[in-house]
Amino acid sequence: MPAPIRLRELIRTIRTARTQAEEREMIQKECAAIRSSFREEDNTYRCRNVAKLLYMHMLGYPAHFGQLECLKLIASQKFTDKRIGYLGAMLLLDERQDVHLLMTNCIKNDLNHSTQYVQGLSLCTLGCMGSSEMCRDLAGEVEKLLKTSNSYLRKKAALCAVHVIRKVPELMEMFLPATKNLLSEKNHGVLHTSVVLLTEMCERSPDMLSHFRKLVPQLVRILKNLIMSGYSPEHDVSGISDPFLQVRILRLLRILGKGDDDSSEAMNDILAQVATNTETSKNVGNAILYETVLTIMDIKSESGLRVLAINILGRFLLNNDKNIRYVALTSLLKTVQTDHNAVQRHRSTIVDCLKDLDVSIKRRAMELSFALVNGNNIRGMMKELLYFLDSCDPDFKADCASGIFLAAEKYAPSKRWHIDTVMRVLTTAGSYVRDDSVPNLIQLITNSVEMHAYTVQRLYKALLDDISQQPLVQVASWCIGEYGDLLVSGQLHCIILHT
Amino acid sequence: MIKAILIFNNHGKPRLIRFYQYFAEDMQQQIIRETFHLVSKRDDNVCNFLEGGSLIGGSDYKLIYRHYATLYFVFCVDSSESELGILDLIQVFVETLDKCFENVCELDLIFHMDKVHYILQEVVMGGMVLETNMNEIVAQVELQNRMEKSEVNQVI
Repeated sequence: MPAPIRLRELIRTIRTARTQAEEREMIQKECAAIRSSFREEDNTYRCRNVAKLLYMHMLGYPAHFGQLECLKLIASQKFTDKRIGYLGAMLLLDERQDVHLLMTNCIKNDLNHSTQYVQGLSLCTLGCMGSSEMCRDLAGEVEKLLKTSNSYLRKKAALCAVHVIRKVPELMEMFLPATKNLLSEKNHGVLHTSVVLLTEMCERSPDMLSHFRKLVPQLVRILKNLIMSGYSPEHDVSGISDPFLQVRILRLLRILGKGDDDSSEAMNDILAQVATNTETSKNVGNAILYETVLTIMDIKSESGLRVLAINILGRFLLNNDKNIRYVALTSLLKTVQTDHNAVQRHRSTIVDCLKDLDVSIKRRAMELSFALVNGNNIRGMMKELLYFLDSCDPDFKADCASGIFLAAEKYAPSKRWHIDTVMRVLTTAGSYVRDDSVPNLIQLITNSVEMHAYTVQRLYKALLDDISQQPLVQVASWCIGEYGDLLVSGQLHCIILHT
Repeated sequence: MIKAILIFNNHGKPRLIRFYQYFAEDMQQQIIRETFHLVSKRDDNVCNFLEGGSLIGGSDYKLIYRHYATLYFVFCVDSSESELGILDLIQVFVETLDKCFENVCELDLIFHMDKVHYILQEVVMGGMVLETNMNEIVAQVELQNRMEKSEVNQVI
C-alpha cells in the first residue's frame, strides 16, 4: 500500500476544490484512505493520518474515528507521535467520551517522563481536558511538579492545578503547602501562573482568602520591583516591565484587599505609585492603569485615591483609542453608584460620547448618562438625550425612550416640561415606545388637570402631522376622547402659542 | 478564562480553532460562523470588543478581536480576563508567530496548522494565560521542533 499522502499535499489538494461538493468529495476519499491505514495498524504514518484528520476536523468534517488513534499515538515512544497524539486528544476528545479514561495511565507515565517536553505535553493535556476522575488520580503528580525547580514545568503545573481544583474543589487543600514559596520564584512565567493559581484559590474559598492575605506585602514588593526595575530587556514590552504580570498581581491585590482595611492600607501606596507613574502612550500602559483603577475602586481605598482613579477614567474618555474609551465607560458605569459625585464631574465628556460612531461606545454612554441624571442637570441632560433619541440606531430607541420616561418621572421640574418631554418622545420615537408606557402616560396626563387643554391640543396637532405611530395614536385617541370638549371649544390659538 | 480562540480569514474560512470548553462539533462550526458574521461587519475604526453572540453561552463573555490584513484573531473570554490585557496578548501571539515563521502570512497558518497549535499551547493552556514572554515561547517551541526533527525524517 502506498504511503499515505502528507498533510501539506492534502491541504494543497483541498484548496483546489472550487465548490463545497468538490471539497466534500476529496475529504471523503481521504477519510476512506485514512480509515484503511488505521485498520492496518500502521505505526509509521499514524501521526501523519491523525494530523490530516485534525485539519479536516477544523473544516467541519467528522473525525471521531481518529479518537482511539490519538490514544495509540500518546502511548508511543516517539516525541512526534506524542505531540500530535496529545493535540488530537485535546481537540477531539472530552470527558463525555469513555475513551478518554484510557489516557490516564499514559498521562501518569508521561508526567514522570525523563524529557521535560513530554512532561509538558501531559501537563497541558491534563490541564485542558482532564475529567474529575483523571484529576483525582493524578493530582499527586501535579502537586509534585508544582514543587520542581524546573520553571518550564512549574508554570504548567500551576495552571494544571487550577484545572484540578476547578474539577475537584476538595483537592484544593492538597496544593496549599506547594504554594508556600511560589512567589519567591524569579522566573516570570512561574510567577504569573502562580498568581493565577492563588487567585483561583482565593476566589473559591474564604478561608484561603484570609490565609493568603499575608502575601500582600510580598505582592506589593514584586510589583514595586517591576515598576522600579528600570530597563530589563527580557521582560520589556514597549518600555514597561512585564505588563501582564503587573496586571495579574493587581487583580489578586484587588481580591485580597476587598473588604479588608489592613490589606487595603498596605497597598494604597503602590497603587498610587502605579497610577501616577505608568507610561500611557502605549496600550500596555493603559491595561495596567485600567487594572489599577478597578483595584482602587474595589478595595477600601482613601478618598483621594478614589478621586485619582476616577480622574484617570475621565482622561481615558478623552483618549483617541476607542478601546480605551470603551473600557473607561464600562468602569464608570460600575462606579457611578458608589462614587456618583466624582463621576458627575465628567458628565460633559460622557455626553459627548453619545455622538461617537461606535455602537458599543454609544450604548455605554447612554446607560451612563441615564445614571447621571439628577434634579440639577435634568434640563440639560434631557436636551442631549432627546437629541440622541432622534439620531440613534433603532436598536437603542426602545431603551432610550424608557430611560427618558423614567428620568422625566423622577426629576421633572414642572408638569408642562414633563408633558412636553413625553410628547417629544412620542413624536420622534413613537413606534419604539414600550407598550407599558402608554397606560403610565395616560395616568400622567389625567393627573395634570391644569394641562389637559394644552395636552390634548398638542396631541391633536401631532396626529395631524403623523398618524402612523401606534403608541402616540393610542394616547392621543384616549385624550381626545376624554378632553375633546377642550379641543373643540375653539382655543386653537393656544397651539400656536405653546409650540 | 479564555473560552475559545478562533482565527479565520476575511471570508470566514477557519485557520485555527481552539475551544477550551466543550462544544459538540456542529456547535463549534456554528460558533465559528456566528463569530465571523459578527466580527466581519465591524468597521475598522470601531473598538475591538464585542458583546453579543449568544451561541457560546451566557451573558458573561465578550469577543475581543484584532484584524491583521487577511486574518481575524478572535479571543472569546469571560469577565475574569482584562479586555485590554487580552488585546495585548493577541499582539504577543501574532508577534510570536511572526518570529517562528519569519514574516508570517496566511499561507503559513494554512499549511502549518499543527505548528500554530504547538505555538499557541505555549501561550495559553486550559483557557488560561501561560507565558507572555515572546523569546521564552519561541525558544521552547524551537527546542521541541528540534526534538521532532531529530527522531525521523519529516513524517507528517
